[in-house]
Amino acid sequence: MAEHASPASAVPVSIVVAVPAARRPSRLGRLLEREHILAGVLLAPALVILTLFIAYPFVLGIWLAISDKVVGRPGAFVGLHNFRVNLNDAIFLRAFQNTFVYTFIATFFKLLLGMLAALLLNHHFRFKRIVRASMLLPWIVPTVLSTLAWQWMFDATFSVFNWMLMNVGLISSRILWLGDGTMAMGCLIAVNVWRGMPFFAITLLAGLQTVNPDLHEAAEIDGANAWQRFWRVTLPLIKPIMLVVVLFSMIATFADFQLIYVLTRGGPYSSTHVFGTYAYEIAMRAAKLGQGASISLSLFPFLLAVIVFQLWYIRRSD
Amino acid sequence: MAHQESSQVGSRRAFLKMVAGAATGAAVAGGIPAIVAAQKAPSFPKGTRLNVLEWVSFVPASDVEFKRLAAEFGKLAGVEVTVDQINMNDLNPRIASAIETKSGPDIIMMISNWPHLYADGLADVDDVAEEIAKRDGAYYEHSKKVSVVDGRWKAVPLCSVPSTWAYRDDWFKEAGASKFPDTWDELRKVGIELKKKDRPLGQAFGHSLGDPNNWAYSVTWGFGGAEIDDKGKVVINSKATIEAVKFTVGFWKDCLDEGGLAWDDSSNNRAYLAGTISGTINGASIYFVAKRQFPEIAKVTNHGHMPKGPGGRFYNIGGQGRSVMKYSKNQQVAKEFLRWFMDRPQYDKWMAANDGYVVGPTPYWEKHTLWERDPKLVPFKEASKYGRWPGYPGPPSRKASEALVKYILVDMYAQAIKGMKPEDAARWAEGELKKAYA
Repeated sequence: MAEHASPASAVPVSIVVAVPAARRPSRLGRLLEREHILAGVLLAPALVILTLFIAYPFVLGIWLAISDKVVGRPGAFVGLHNFRVNLNDAIFLRAFQNTFVYTFIATFFKLLLGMLAALLLNHHFRFKRIVRASMLLPWIVPTVLSTLAWQWMFDATFSVFNWMLMNVGLISSRILWLGDGTMAMGCLIAVNVWRGMPFFAITLLAGLQTVNPDLHEAAEIDGANAWQRFWRVTLPLIKPIMLVVVLFSMIATFADFQLIYVLTRGGPYSSTHVFGTYAYEIAMRAAKLGQGASISLSLFPFLLAVIVFQLWYIRRSD
Repeated sequence: MAHQESSQVGSRRAFLKMVAGAATGAAVAGGIPAIVAAQKAPSFPKGTRLNVLEWVSFVPASDVEFKRLAAEFGKLAGVEVTVDQINMNDLNPRIASAIETKSGPDIIMMISNWPHLYADGLADVDDVAEEIAKRDGAYYEHSKKVSVVDGRWKAVPLCSVPSTWAYRDDWFKEAGASKFPDTWDELRKVGIELKKKDRPLGQAFGHSLGDPNNWAYSVTWGFGGAEIDDKGKVVINSKATIEAVKFTVGFWKDCLDEGGLAWDDSSNNRAYLAGTISGTINGASIYFVAKRQFPEIAKVTNHGHMPKGPGGRFYNIGGQGRSVMKYSKNQQVAKEFLRWFMDRPQYDKWMAANDGYVVGPTPYWEKHTLWERDPKLVPFKEASKYGRWPGYPGPPSRKASEALVKYILVDMYAQAIKGMKPEDAARWAEGELKKAYA
C-alpha cells in the first residue's frame, strides 16, 4: 500500500509552524488593559502612603482639636471650645504673634542674604567648589547640635560675643542675649537665618546658572547697569525658583520647634513661644492632647493661605 | 548601713521564698507565690520579659547600679529584664505614646506629679506601696501626695532629688556669715555683701524644669503665699505673694547675677564651678562634679537649707516614683521587681551608688551611713521633711501641671524683675492660674 511505502511519500507534507495559540488574556490582564483601572493601580501605593502618613494624622489632628482628649482617656467632642480657650490665652496670643514675626523676618533675611551669597558664588574664583560646599554646613548639621553651640555663644556668663565685644571695647558690661524677650527673639531669628540661608543660596545659585549669559550681554550693550541687569533680567528669570524656595522655607519656619525649644523653651516670661513650642508644652507636658492639637492647628489656615497665594502667584507668573 | 534584719537574697530559691512571703495576703493570683506554693518549677513562663524605662541619671553610678540590680532580678526570677534610658525631657512624649498605643515598657519612671497626669494608663500598686510603708514607716508627705490618685497608689515612691543651696563657705565667711543664713532676710544681707565683692548669688528665671520652679514655689510658700488653697480656689493674688515678689525683685537687684533671666538648669552649675557666683539652689551635682574635677572648689563648698520666710521653710520636691503600666501583660512581674528593688538590701546599694544625690522615700533612709560619710550632704537628707508639691496645699493635679508647664509662677517673678509692678505681676498670675485651674 502506497501509504505504507514510506512515511515521507505517504503523508502529505505539511509544515507545522509553531504559531503560538493566541492566549486569551487573564481576567487581571483584561482589567489592567482598561486605562482607568491601570491608573488606579499605579496610583494606589502613593495613595496609601498619603492616606496613612498625611491624611490620617491630619484628620486625627482635627478630631483631637475639637475634643477634650487627655493622655489615657477617650476624648469627647467639645466643638470649638479649645479654640475659644486659646483666644483667651495671653501666652497663645503671644505665640501667635511671635510665629509670624519669626517667620516673616527670618524668611526675608534668608532670601536677601541667600540671594547675595548666590550672586557671589555665581562668579569664578579660586576654591569656588570648597566655598560652595562649606556654605551648606549650617544646613546639614543637625539643628539640635548647631543650636547647642549657639546656646554657648549666647550664654549669659561665657558668651564669646560678649568676650569679643568687651575686648574690642565696644561694650563695658555683658549683653544678656537670651535674657530679654525682644533680644531673645532677635537671637532666635538670627540663628534661623544662619541655618536656613545656605538652602536659599544653593537653590538660587542653581537658578542663576540657568540664566543665559547672552541676555546679560545684550542688556549690557543696551546700556543697562549691574543693578538694572539684576532687576530686569536675572530676577524675572529666577522668580519661579525663588518663590518655590520661599514657599518651602516659610512652611518650615512656621512650624519650627527644635531651635526655639533648645535655646529658650519659650522663655524668658513666655516671650519667645511659637505655636510649635507652646503646643508641645500643653500637649506633652500637661498631657492635654486636645488643647495642644488646637494650638498646633491654629497654624493651618494661615499656612494654607500663604501656600495658596504663592502657588497662585507662581502659576500666574508662568 | 547594715541591713542584717532584712531578707538576704543569696539564691534564686531564697529570692522566690522572699517575694512569696512579701506577697502573702496580697490576693495575687498566679505569679511567684502561686508557683512556690504549688512547688512547681520556680520561674515565670519561659520568655517572660520585663522592660523598664528610666532616665539618664545625672549620677552615672546610679544607672550602673540600677542596671546591675535589674539584671540580678532577671537572673533570680528567670525573666529577661531590659532597661532603656532616655533623657528626662523625652520621658513625657514617650509616656504619652506608650499609654495611647497601649504598648511599650512595663515599668516607667515618674517624676513629680506625673502619676496624676497619667493615672488612667497606670496600674494600681497599692499592695507594693503599702507593704513598703508598713516595713519602713510612712512615706514623706510629698511622695505620698504625688503617687496616690483618688485613693489608689499609681506609683511606688522611689526617691526624692532635693535641691538645697550650694554655697562657697570661704566667701560667705568673708562676708560675715559663719554658717548659711537661716532666713531669707539674713541671706539677703549676706548676698548684698557678696555682690559688692563681685561674688553674686545665682538663680535661673528662664524656662527650664528645675531651678526656676524651685525658687518660684519655695519662695511663694515661704512668704505664706500659694497658687490655690486646699479647696482648689486660686489665691495667688495675696499680700503674702506680693511680699514674696517684692522680696525677689530686691534680692535680684541686691544679690543675684543679672544673667539669671537667660539661665537654664545647667547655667548655675557652670557659673558656680567657674567661680562667678558664690551660691545657688541646686541638687548635689555641683558638689559631685567639683569633687571629681575641681577639688579646691569642693573643699570650700557646703550646702545650706532653703531659708525660712514668714510662712516657714519649704522645698519644691515632687519626688520620683516607678509606675506599672496598665497595658502591661507582665504586671505581676513588674510589681515583684519593684517590691524586690525597694527591699532594703537592694535599695541600700542603689542609694549608696547615688552617694547622696537621692533621698529615700521614707524617713527610714535618713539612717543610711552615707549621710555620716559626708556631713556636707546632710541638708539633702533633711530637705524632704519640708518638701511640698506643685499645687500645694491643694492636690498635685493635672491642673497644677498646666500651671507648671506654663511657668506661671516663674514668669510672675521674671516679669516683676523686668519692671512690672509686684501687684500687677500677682494679678497677672491670678488671671493665668484661674484659666489653668478652670
